[in-house]
Amino acid sequence: MNQAHAPQFNIHVGTELTWNVKPILHEIRHALEKLLNDGEPSIIDLRSIPLAPGEEETIINSLGHGEVHARLDVLGSSEIYETRFTGVWLVTHYNEDDSIVSRFIEVTEIPDVLKSQREDVTHALDELVTKLETEETYDRGD
Amino acid sequence: MTKDVRLQGGAPEEAPEKGTPEKGTLEKGTLGEALRSQGVSRRGFMKFCATTASMMALPPSMIPLIANALEKARRPSVIWLSFQECTGCTESLTRAHTTTVESLIFDLISLDYHHTLQAASGAAAEAAREAAMEENFGNYLLVVDGSIPLDNPGYSTIAGISNLDMLKESAKGAAAIIAVGTCATYGGIPHANPNPTGAVSVNEIIKDKPIINVPGCPPIPVVITGVLAHYLTFGSIPELDHIGRPKVFYGQSIHDRCYRRPFYDKGQFAETFDDEGARKGWCLYKLGCKGPTTYNACATTKWNNGTSFPIESGHPCLGCSEPDFWDGGGFYKPLSLPTEDLSKTAVYTAAGAAVAGVAISALNRAKKNASNRIHIKTTIDDLRK
Repeated sequence: MNQAHAPQFNIHVGTELTWNVKPILHEIRHALEKLLNDGEPSIIDLRSIPLAPGEEETIINSLGHGEVHARLDVLGSSEIYETRFTGVWLVTHYNEDDSIVSRFIEVTEIPDVLKSQREDVTHALDELVTKLETEETYDRGD
Repeated sequence: MTKDVRLQGGAPEEAPEKGTPEKGTLEKGTLGEALRSQGVSRRGFMKFCATTASMMALPPSMIPLIANALEKARRPSVIWLSFQECTGCTESLTRAHTTTVESLIFDLISLDYHHTLQAASGAAAEAAREAAMEENFGNYLLVVDGSIPLDNPGYSTIAGISNLDMLKESAKGAAAIIAVGTCATYGGIPHANPNPTGAVSVNEIIKDKPIINVPGCPPIPVVITGVLAHYLTFGSIPELDHIGRPKVFYGQSIHDRCYRRPFYDKGQFAETFDDEGARKGWCLYKLGCKGPTTYNACATTKWNNGTSFPIESGHPCLGCSEPDFWDGGGFYKPLSLPTEDLSKTAVYTAAGAAVAGVAISALNRAKKNASNRIHIKTTIDDLRK
């Protein structure tokens, strides 16, 4: 369609729509207190909460960026960063088309998905042993 | 109502004491092993489980349990039957945005029959269905989209087999049935007045199997996949509401989860599609929104890459996941207005309860005749105008 004749949609989204932003920020505050006092982590699924257009962005902007930023390359990418509130992490999983498939706020010392997993370490050990054996065989000229 | 019906084919109820794989290894033939064989790391599996939990509308605290159960779950056989339908349900699923996760879930089931998607056709396709039913008798999942015509079996057949016969035959060995879309769950558009084919839903025919209703026109793709994921994860069907829908997805009304709800509470409504209220994003109740009587996950799960849902785009909810949504009296009529012409309804009702069926039938006939009277055929000349 010619740009000049494209229909213009002008659905106004007022800033007064953000009714769920403050309650979520308070929920994060409670979760931080729980982490500090009991060592218990919390996860909030942002896709399970009714949010108006722009509200998710408002929450994310309120949290800001902190010192740690990581990217996973597995089943599409994932972006994980600590917000300016230490212990509050934003975890966003993308699919291979770079569409968001899930988004969580994790209140924890470090999100589990960033840690090396025991199963992967086992697999890595097997691979390294095989690689060394292959190289030793090659070095001996067998 | 059915709650946590345990079926074969999913995850075992409890981890067996003996033969439990040591940490770092995976049991043969399980979904965990299938994922690992596809090169999916444990970290990738955790991402998959986190997204699956979100998809199933389960709390994130369930992620470790989902991971544990999915690793041990076995690959189930799925037979998918399509009857009187528009293929919108299959389109919804195959065009789903979460390609990675949904394709993985599809990799984790054995889709043995789906006449739209499979390469085989005719006798070869039917042979595949029969073989899958025989091999997995008692354990396969039967997915059905579309309604079943009862007036004349010839209205809808596949390979010369009537929909009714195929459903009855395929249901015999099914562990459970997932009715996908409003046609399969409540008759849908084919069932709308005057219901020319005598269309009925799956649960009006099959009475002796657990049936999960996943209505919507079409259903939200992640809701379809979420039900499959629940079965894979727990080996059971989810808790259902009074009309057979999984409560995790259909437990709350669109209205209760709608971000425009506060406008309703304050009495701020759009009166037309282009007034100030519409521009300010006020409540669409007066424009016929069926959100208050519609139970579905659109308001949180959303559509098209999680972009929006109809109300967010400025259109009232049509109530497509509810029984008889097509006969609700008009998409743009507020719920508070009566759905029928009261004077006519009163006359027919006066005929008395004993002839109520005749009265309803007469009302339907009157509607059909009125529709025929006002129907004008479009000619080529009209199109040229």
